[in-house]
This record gives sequence, structure tokens and C-alpha cells, in this order.
Amino acid sequence: MTLPERIWYYLFRFICGLIFLFLIVPIIVIVPLSFNSVPFFTFTPEMLSFDPDGYSLRWYTDFFTNLNWRGAVNNSFIIAIFSTLIATSLGTLAALGLSRRNIPFRTLLMAILISPMIVPLIISACGMFFFYSRVQLQGTHVGVILAHAALGTPFVVITVTATLVGFDRSLIRAAHSLGADGVTTFFKIIVPLILPGVISGALFAFITSFDEVVVILFVGSFEQRTIPWQMFSGIREHISPTILAAATLLVLVSVALLTTVELLRRRSERLRGVQT
Amino acid sequence: MAIPADAPLTTVDGIPLKVSLARALRRDKIKSLLLVAPLFVFITLTFVIPIGDMLFRGIEDPIVSKYLPRTAAELEKWDATSDELPDENVFEALVMDIKAGAPDRVITRVGKRLNYEQPGMSSLFRKSQRRIPKLEEGPYKDTVIKLDKKWGRITTWQLIKTFSPPFTAGYFWAALDLQVTPSGDVEFQDQKKRIYLKLFLRTLYLSGVITLMTLILGYPVAYLLATLPLKSSNLLLMLVLLPFWTSLLVRTTSWIALLQRQGVINDLLVGVNIIDTDNRLSMIHNATGTIIAMTHILLPFMILPLYSVMKTIPPSYMRAAISLGAHPAAAFIRVYAPNTVPGIGAGSILVFILAIGYYITPALVGGTSGTFISNFIAYHVSVSLNWGLAAALGIILLGLVLVLYLLYDKIVGIDNMKLG
Repeated sequence: MTLPERIWYYLFRFICGLIFLFLIVPIIVIVPLSFNSVPFFTFTPEMLSFDPDGYSLRWYTDFFTNLNWRGAVNNSFIIAIFSTLIATSLGTLAALGLSRRNIPFRTLLMAILISPMIVPLIISACGMFFFYSRVQLQGTHVGVILAHAALGTPFVVITVTATLVGFDRSLIRAAHSLGADGVTTFFKIIVPLILPGVISGALFAFITSFDEVVVILFVGSFEQRTIPWQMFSGIREHISPTILAAATLLVLVSVALLTTVELLRRRSERLRGVQT
Repeated sequence: MAIPADAPLTTVDGIPLKVSLARALRRDKIKSLLLVAPLFVFITLTFVIPIGDMLFRGIEDPIVSKYLPRTAAELEKWDATSDELPDENVFEALVMDIKAGAPDRVITRVGKRLNYEQPGMSSLFRKSQRRIPKLEEGPYKDTVIKLDKKWGRITTWQLIKTFSPPFTAGYFWAALDLQVTPSGDVEFQDQKKRIYLKLFLRTLYLSGVITLMTLILGYPVAYLLATLPLKSSNLLLMLVLLPFWTSLLVRTTSWIALLQRQGVINDLLVGVNIIDTDNRLSMIHNATGTIIAMTHILLPFMILPLYSVMKTIPPSYMRAAISLGAHPAAAFIRVYAPNTVPGIGAGSILVFILAIGYYITPALVGGTSGTFISNFIAYHVSVSLNWGLAAALGIILLGLVLVLYLLYDKIVGIDNMKLG
């Protein structure tokens, strides 16, 4: 390598390093800030000199004891779990149907089924707010769960359809010829093969509901407050580092989910014999 | 048993093979549709109908025709372009309508609706709801005008007539800063009342800037990921995916912590004496804050499509160009970059679509100069309660997004959308 090339090589790496810092630092920085002992959103001199008095767990204590936050945690899980169940079961069935060879109107059906992912959230939120108010679902848990399930299904449809692309249909015929009925074939042959896709779709649906904040602001009320709802109103009204503690815990949840999805993706590719 | 050569093929049951096959195929189609049906019904009920409902709210305008039915019917006969006030019949109809609606206090709703179009209407109808029911026998024309001189103005009646039909395009005109004159022409509103066109333009402009920023930052990273050996690129890819999976609200919160006047970056700059404490930079609650935070949030959506396109470009192309004597920079620009254009297109449209519909981040870090059209939609839904205008603004935004998606579908195909 000539000298200019060498300089360019390191300069390029350096620039990329800076961009990676830009991506990661804003997520990392809230972790130490959440251990602040004073109600500020910045590093205090005590924190910078690693004085133990500069750090405390008070915001985590607040997060786990404050009734507003505890209600939010409960609601977050209830809403996310139920909407994930609906989205995953309906989405998987639909993906199985969409992957069959001779389904009519495939493009149109696909467009309608993934439309909740395409329409901007603010518009979905307004439409749902107007309509759910008419049918008395606005401000109820059922309303929020239905809304979140609708937002989560496109992810399930897309991931399961993607798994089914490499699906060898002769396996089904083989099972039938060996005497298995439809139900046995479904549970013994199809489910194990599409399971990675179903699980990652479910995780997408879960995180969609768990992180969702626009629709719940409109369709939900204080009774349905989730962690993001509570964070949003917290940032707008009385800003306290408890929000940072909540954010840190959410980052941990994301890391766990990301790892799971990544492992599933690799397993699925290995099973289907795709070279990585 | 000899089968004549021209006899149709049949199954064991004697049904012609063609019929049997068609039947099997039809059964198969129905089975496929039945699998899709539950989700289709679910999405229709929970999502498609609500969006349709919003469309309807954008054009329905039932208030005047519902609460002033007689007046609306009488005004049909009145020529709005003439310089004369409506006749006694109309005033009598108005008095009867107000007498009918006053006990339920619904007349103020008419005032509230008309107040969106012309300030002062709300107080006029409140006052009339209180006073008109007390009026004795007619003729009413002069007494009503004496009650409030606004009833003696032609503009008031023109306004009521304009909003008498149960359906209106008025919200759409308002969403585009236009208004309908009494004679039926469409013209721009007063200069100082024009806000929405400016907001749409600002939304498009800021989304464009954000798209450009993500492209500038995303391109080198995608290139690095595509050219590194798989082991290290997989590791670095996790650094891109982590923000992608992290709650939007978490990322917005951390930008508030970083950018605010008493925040980390300002403290750092003051600490190393680049700026003094009186001149702290205001990087948040303005357009800068929106651009920085949204560039960060949308960057993974640019990197991932770019990366997947760059991964398919064989490294031998560059080597071939260089071995044929091209300078590495020339080889990159003339050989590599043109191959990445589909990725640039896909990433840019995706980021742009996501950006123009953003609500949360601009609401929290945008202040007044960094807000988007979606923030005004939210404002009209939950604060001003002008749902018709909110619906009209939303439908225009939706139309914009759908056009962009068709473009995206042309370039990449919605089916090829990949997640994570």
C-alpha cells in the first residue's frame, strides 16, 4: 500500500468509528446517568470523580415503588402479551395461506395485511381514536390490545412468510403418504420448521407493542398507561431521572430480544441449509 | 378394455379429469383464503375501517344541517351573492331552530363549528341561545338583528349557507390554506392565517435534510460492513441493530440528556473551555434538535438496505477496475458507486417515508421550529378538537406516504422488505 492509500485506509476507519460512536453513545450514556444521586440529566462533578456519593439507586427504587410506574409496568406486559398472542396466531395462519401456490389476489391481500406497518403511526392513531370512540373502545384495555395487535401482525406475516420461502412442500406430501393426518402433519412437520420465524415474528410484535407510544396516547388513557406512555408524559411534565432508569431497563430488554432474534435467525438459516 | 383415443380422460369415479382438477384447485384456493380470512377480518375491523372512518370525518360536516335544519333548508332559496339579507322566512326558521335546540344547549356547537371559519361566531350563537328563546311572536327579522348586529351582516348568512350541506370539502381547503368564498370560488386565505402549507413544506424539507444526513453517515458504515470479513462485520452489525431495537422513546430521552442547555455536550464544551457558560449552545427544542435526534433514530433504516445491496457487489469489480489502471477513487466512483444506486434509492425512500410521519421525537425535541405536520394533527385531535381538520391533514399526509410507497414498491418491491 502506498502512503496516501494507507492514510486513507486509517482515515476511513476513523470516520466509521465516529459514526459508530454516534450510533451507540446516546444509548450507552443514559446508563451511568440513571445512577445519578441528584435529579439532573447530566454528569455531576461527583460522578466524574467517581465519588460513591455521586451515585445512587434512588431512581430505580422510585421506578419499582412508585405506583404510577408499577401500574405502567403491569400494563405494558399485559397489553404486550395479549396483543402478541393475537398477532402471532392470526399472522401465522395468514402467512401459511399467503405462501400457498395458488392463492388468488395475493398482492392485494398482502398490501392490506401489512398496511398497519406502512401507514404513519399518527394517522393510525387518529383513525383508531375516532373509530374506537364511536364503539366505546377508546380508553379500555381491550381497545389498546386490539390496536397493538393490528400494528404487530405485519411483522409476524413478513417473518413467517420469509421462513416459508425455503419450505420444502414435498415434506408435507411425504408425511401424508406415511399416514399422518392434517393435524399431525401441521404440528410434527410444519410447526418445528417455521417455529424460528414464528418466534421472531412474535418478538417483533411484542417489542412493537412494548415500545409503542403514539397509538396508546390516543387510544389509551391513564388507566392503560404503559412504560412509554409514562415516559412521554414524564418528559413533558415533571422530568425526573426515573425516566432514565426506565430507559436503562428498556435497553436491557432490547438487548435480550435482539440476541434472541439473532440466534433464531442463525438457527433458521442453518436448518434450511442457507450458507451464511 | 380398449379406450378410444379421443375419449376424455376420467378419474376412477368417471368424472372428467379436467372437471376434477378444476374442483381440486378451487378447493385448494378456498382453503388458502380461509387461512388468510381471520387476519383479514381482524385488520379490516381494527385498522382499515378506522382509517376509512377518518376519511369520512374529513368530509362530513353535519353540525349546521343537524342543529339548524329549517334554516339550512330556507337558505337554499337565498342567493348568497346578492347584496340583500335573507328574508323573514329564514329568520323565522332560525328562531324556531334555536328554540328547538336551546334546551339541550346544542346551538353553541354550531357556534363552535363556525368559529373555526370565522372568529366571533361562538359568542354570537351563545348569546342567541340565551336570548332568542325568550322572543315572543314574529316578525322576527328586526328583533333578531337588534339582538346582535352580526345577524344583520350578509357575511354571517353566507357563512351559514356555505356550511349547510352535510358534506364539505372545507376541511381540505383549510388544510391547504385555501378557503371558499361565498360565490363558490377557492382562494388563498390571508397571509397571516396561512400555516399548513408552510408546515407541509417544512415537514418535507426537514425529512429531506434527515434523509441526506442518514445517507452521508450511513454510506461509509454500510461500505465498511460489506467489505470487512464476515466475523467482524457481524459484530459491528450488532452495533447498528442495537439502536434499531431500542425504544424510540429511550433514544429521544438520551438526546434530551445530551443536547439540552444543562446537558452532557454543553457541560463538556464548557468544561474544556470551548464555550463559556453564558453562551451554551441551544441544540434542542428547535429544528437542530429534531434533525440530530431523528438522524440517529433513522440511521439503521438507511444502513441496512445499503448494506444488503453492497454485499451483493462482487469485490472483483473494484479489483478489475484497479488492475486496468483506474485510480482507486475513480474505480470507486465509476464502478462501485453506480452499483449501489438501488440501495441508495431504497434506503432514502424508506427513511423519508418514516420521517414525514414522525410524531414523538419532534413533539419532544422539536420546540416550535422543529415540529412536523403530525404534531398539528395531534393538536387538532386532542387540544383544539377540530377533528375534521385533523382528518383532512391526516389524509393529505397519508396520500403523500402512499405515493412514496408506490415508488418504493417500484424500486425494491414491498415483498422484499427485510427486518433486522
